[in-house]
Amino acid sequence: MLCQSCEKKQANTHIKTILNGELKEYDLCSECAKKLGYGSVFGGFGFDLDKLFGSFMDGIAAPKTKKRCQCCGSSFEDIAKSGKVGCAECYDTFYEELLPSVQRIHGRTSHMGKLAHSAGTEVKLKNEIAKCRAELEQAIKAQEFERAAELRDKIIELEKNSAANADKNGKE
Amino acid sequence: MSVNKYSDLKNVNDVVISTRIRFARNLREFPFPCRLSDENKRKVSSIVKEAVLDGHSAIAHRFRYIQMSELTQEEAVSLVERHLVSPEFISDRQGRGLLLLDDESVSIMINEEDHVRIQVIGSGMKLDELYDLADKIDTLLDEQLNFAFNEKLGYLTQCPTNIGTGMRASLMLHLPALKESGAMNKISASLSKLGLALRGLYGEGTEPSGAIYQLSNQVTLGITEKEAIKNLRDIACQLVTQERNARETLSHNINVLDSIYRSYGLLLYSRLMSNNECMKLLSNVRFGVEMGLFENIDFDTVNRLIIEIQPATLMKNIGKKLSAQERDHIRAELVRTALIQPKIPASHRIEKQSTENRE
Ligand SMILES: [Zn+2]
Ligand SMILES: [Zn+2]
Repeated sequence: MLCQSCEKKQANTHIKTILNGELKEYDLCSECAKKLGYGSVFGGFGFDLDKLFGSFMDGIAAPKTKKRCQCCGSSFEDIAKSGKVGCAECYDTFYEELLPSVQRIHGRTSHMGKLAHSAGTEVKLKNEIAKCRAELEQAIKAQEFERAAELRDKIIELEKNSAANADKNGKE
Repeated sequence: MSVNKYSDLKNVNDVVISTRIRFARNLREFPFPCRLSDENKRKVSSIVKEAVLDGHSAIAHRFRYIQMSELTQEEAVSLVERHLVSPEFISDRQGRGLLLLDDESVSIMINEEDHVRIQVIGSGMKLDELYDLADKIDTLLDEQLNFAFNEKLGYLTQCPTNIGTGMRASLMLHLPALKESGAMNKISASLSKLGLALRGLYGEGTEPSGAIYQLSNQVTLGITEKEAIKNLRDIACQLVTQERNARETLSHNINVLDSIYRSYGLLLYSRLMSNNECMKLLSNVRFGVEMGLFENIDFDTVNRLIIEIQPATLMKNIGKKLSAQERDHIRAELVRTALIQPKIPASHRIEKQSTENRE
């Protein structure tokens, strides 16, 4: 399908929007999408990225595996085509296959933010340490040495806990 | 009055219209919505609904549940116009539910692209405050719902563009002077390199009507929520400063002043006003208010009008379906009266008007 804005290039971005009281859908090429501010590969509110994400996968050699997700039955091809992951377990099943796309989308591959209720103690500690380290760097840059000293002590304490926790788990 | 009264970055209401924080979450036990059967959609819906309405949160009793398939098309579109749900959410309303707080500051979409989308919205720049509220609601719900989470990839979402924090923070900005200066394309290109997106709202395809833009973070993996919010705020403050400088430059430009005063005149005297024209004129008048030209009009009045003049919201407030011309007529009345007597809330007047119409 041709882009509905320039009518020249192939459309690969599907946009849903409200115009004059009505729901409108547009198919745009990536350049026109970019001009309209749907530019980056990531979706804003109400922007359907699935197709764009799908096109991102094109460049990646399709894995030969025929495996399917035990939980929802998706194959990697299903995910690559639709740009939609089938279920939480797909992320474990196809972790290796998904990683290159994740890297391209976010530039990073490991979570830094809030931890869910279900996350283990060890991850919680590791995450806390990483956060303190980042804050420490900031404090040193800003020459807030008192704050830096506090953070350093906190990191040492957290690392002790983390080691104790690992020991405990090792023995079990 | 000079532009200098806005030289601080604590009060940025002259540029920032509103703030929104949104979290994407999924229940671990169910496939994501794209692979969810109708029966499971109903199950997810009732589980989430119960978790919110019977939850321990102090605001639990203030939520009401809306079955999306039961709304009229105007009611559904109006939810989008009021920024309470996404256009995607109303494109197929089957199996979808909405939990809405009584003051409409919190909305929880069920079975949109993800099982749960928690959204908190407020006027002006309120990133920290709204994040804290969204975070609290999320923590309470997580205890009951057990959200899908992976230690490497964070919160798991149907689209990999949202994994990690699952958080999208956005600011609605009014940037008339930057738009006038023709700098918007360059700015939005450089922002996309920084992992932020800037796009025109209320656009008709290519050109935004009015100079209202949405700035939001795009990267959700490998960055904490606080960092993402700090980046967004830093960039927004730079845009605020640039916009104010551009306003200063334009404040003596006779073409700009003429178009602002003409817009005011049209809003005061027109009897028919299309949505698109109205948005452009209101944007110009807000520009005038920002430059201190109209002391009898405040930002709240303009911000409220921008939403109330939208077609579906207008019909929802009147309480019946209207032809395009009827809408244009009521829109003109609505704006005129609000700008003449800005102290009476515009919604008040609609009710009065609608009873008159029925007589
Ligand atoms: Zn195009
Ligand atoms: Zn799966």
